Amino acid sequence: MSSLATSSPLSSSLTERRLPRWMPIANLLLALLLAVAIGAGFDLSSKPQWLLIAAILYVVIQYVSSAVVEGRRHAKNYVATSLVWVAFLLALLPLVSVLWMTVSKGIGVINANFLTHSMNGIAINQEGGGIYHALIGTLEQVALASLMAAPIGILTAVYLVEYGRSNKLSKAVSFFVDVMTGVPSIVAGLFILSFWIIILNMPFTGFAGSLALAILMLPVVVRSTEEMLKLVPNELREASLALGVPKWLTITRVVLPTALGGIVTGVMLAVARIVGETAPILMLVFGADTINMDPFNNPQSSLPLFVWTEYSRGTDQSQARAWGGALVLIAVVMILNLVARGIARWKAPKGATR
Amino acid sequence: METPRDTSAPPSGQQPSSSNLAGASPQRGRSSLSDTGNTGRRGDAIFKFASSGSGIALLVIMAAIAAFLTVRAVSAISADHGNFLTTSDWQTQADPITFGIAAIAIGTIISAVVAMVIAVPVSLGIALFISHYAPRRIAQALGYVVDLLAAVPSIVFGLWGALFLVPHMIGVNAWLNQYFGWTYIFHQNEPGTQPRSLFTVGIVLAIMILPIITAVSREIFLQVPRAHEEAALALGATRWEMIRTAVIPFGRSGIVSASMLGLGRALGETMAVATVLSPSYVINLHILDPAGSTIAQTIANQFGESQGVGRDALIAAGLVLFVITLLVNGAARLIIARRKEYSGADA
Repeated sequence: MSSLATSSPLSSSLTERRLPRWMPIANLLLALLLAVAIGAGFDLSSKPQWLLIAAILYVVIQYVSSAVVEGRRHAKNYVATSLVWVAFLLALLPLVSVLWMTVSKGIGVINANFLTHSMNGIAINQEGGGIYHALIGTLEQVALASLMAAPIGILTAVYLVEYGRSNKLSKAVSFFVDVMTGVPSIVAGLFILSFWIIILNMPFTGFAGSLALAILMLPVVVRSTEEMLKLVPNELREASLALGVPKWLTITRVVLPTALGGIVTGVMLAVARIVGETAPILMLVFGADTINMDPFNNPQSSLPLFVWTEYSRGTDQSQARAWGGALVLIAVVMILNLVARGIARWKAPKGATR
Repeated sequence: METPRDTSAPPSGQQPSSSNLAGASPQRGRSSLSDTGNTGRRGDAIFKFASSGSGIALLVIMAAIAAFLTVRAVSAISADHGNFLTTSDWQTQADPITFGIAAIAIGTIISAVVAMVIAVPVSLGIALFISHYAPRRIAQALGYVVDLLAAVPSIVFGLWGALFLVPHMIGVNAWLNQYFGWTYIFHQNEPGTQPRSLFTVGIVLAIMILPIITAVSREIFLQVPRAHEEAALALGATRWEMIRTAVIPFGRSGIVSASMLGLGRALGETMAVATVLSPSYVINLHILDPAGSTIAQTIANQFGESQGVGRDALIAAGLVLFVITLLVNGAARLIIARRKEYSGADA
């Protein structure tokens, strides 16, 4: 091949000619320059348009120069690489923007007063007020939901892994756990509405909301616990059973403790998921501006519901409060996630490599 | 080995009787051997009953969701003076009660389709970036960040969509209308209206489901056997050819199911839609116009002012949503399950 004659012997000159390493950067500069020229020449006002033109020009120039020197296959490779990069940067923008907006708009609202006062007696166009009532509501509803969902979920996972190895029931349960993961939160809310509030004629309370949250939490707990139990080495079970320990003690004293870290992680991730649920709370807990410590009587509030009501009140002051609530909500979710993952790393079953 | 485990891990409160535990602990010594046999068998029975009971309870909940929604939906539809499937109006307080899911079902589908068209290619790009392009250290951190973003509550995305994205979409809408108005979809009946449209909703939904689709498909791309990738590279494939010939075929069913999981979430999303969209119950395929609504949004918006039949009507709409998401998710799971059987992923 003629490529032996080309300059750089260090690159894979054995096979094909390659673009010099500085070429992509040079092309990028060229594309930027051209884009600025076009933008200024045609008097395009929006800067994103300039960037867009630059990006397209870059891909085209890169493709052409690579196709000329290296052949089409490498040119395509360059296009794919730049598309992957574009996808990544494109996605980063809105996600960073969400976080940035929440932090920058929310941080100004949050202070000791915001965290320790309710919205009782605060007019919609008045500053002040806080999320204390919502924090209480969220805490109680999520705790109640976890108390219901965690035991049932863990026991179901135990059944799936330890007892029902691929019999009909466990296959059905396993399938419906997956399907249940996809039940929209508003449908779970409607179910509790029709069953608990319309048919049983119960009032709107925090507990009604936590019933719906428990339904949303259950499949997540089952799935993660199941994964963890599967990671427990079979030798541990066999050793315990061989010593004559009954199966249920083997499970409760050998299998579950071994997987405890993972199970706790799973439960916490599930909690993190339901903390942010708004729709079922909106329908079942109904919202309140005052502090209600009792989840079994009268409506309560909750953090996501607080964000929603303050947003829909529509004044500048209330929307500022909505951002504050959103920031607290994100902080709670992130902390739950980080702690859960910390526990997972700290308590990971030995010998499991994932 | 046994003793530290006994002390370190308190049993998690689900034992039928805690006194049995003492019988099994090593301190009791020899005499316990015989009665562990007895209590063990009873404990076994109780524990098995409890755990299989939980599994059955889960099935019962799913059945109950379907049953209760259906019961209320039937009573609502029998009071409906319009055709539930083809009416687009939602009048549950007017005298002849007429409501139907035509407009809101189409709105749901449009917004989800917009979300999928944007989110699937982009999130596959991110997943590939994390699994095959980024340097390893950065990749790990990015995977972490994506997982965290998947946990951001939808109400936050809704707030961002309504207060940040909507004002910033005016220019984009005008541009799309000007240059792509001929495509019918991007035609605006009244240019310059607030972009609280299904298109904007689709974008918010896309951003929301990006992390989920990315997380699942990244997981699958990382499972591609190294041997396949190295074989492709050794044959002289470029990185992109390696991805096309080794990674994508291996992960195809995983990509499909990840997308369908995202679709399921986009279809059922309530709050992000409720904050952004200004609803109206008409069928309008010009997606830049502030018109249309989705099922979930209708439920959330109408719920406060609905009583009796109105609530039942919302439950009927919820049943439709339930069935749609059930089908989508069931299909996704079946695809995953088939992959497990045939792919040889363990190799």
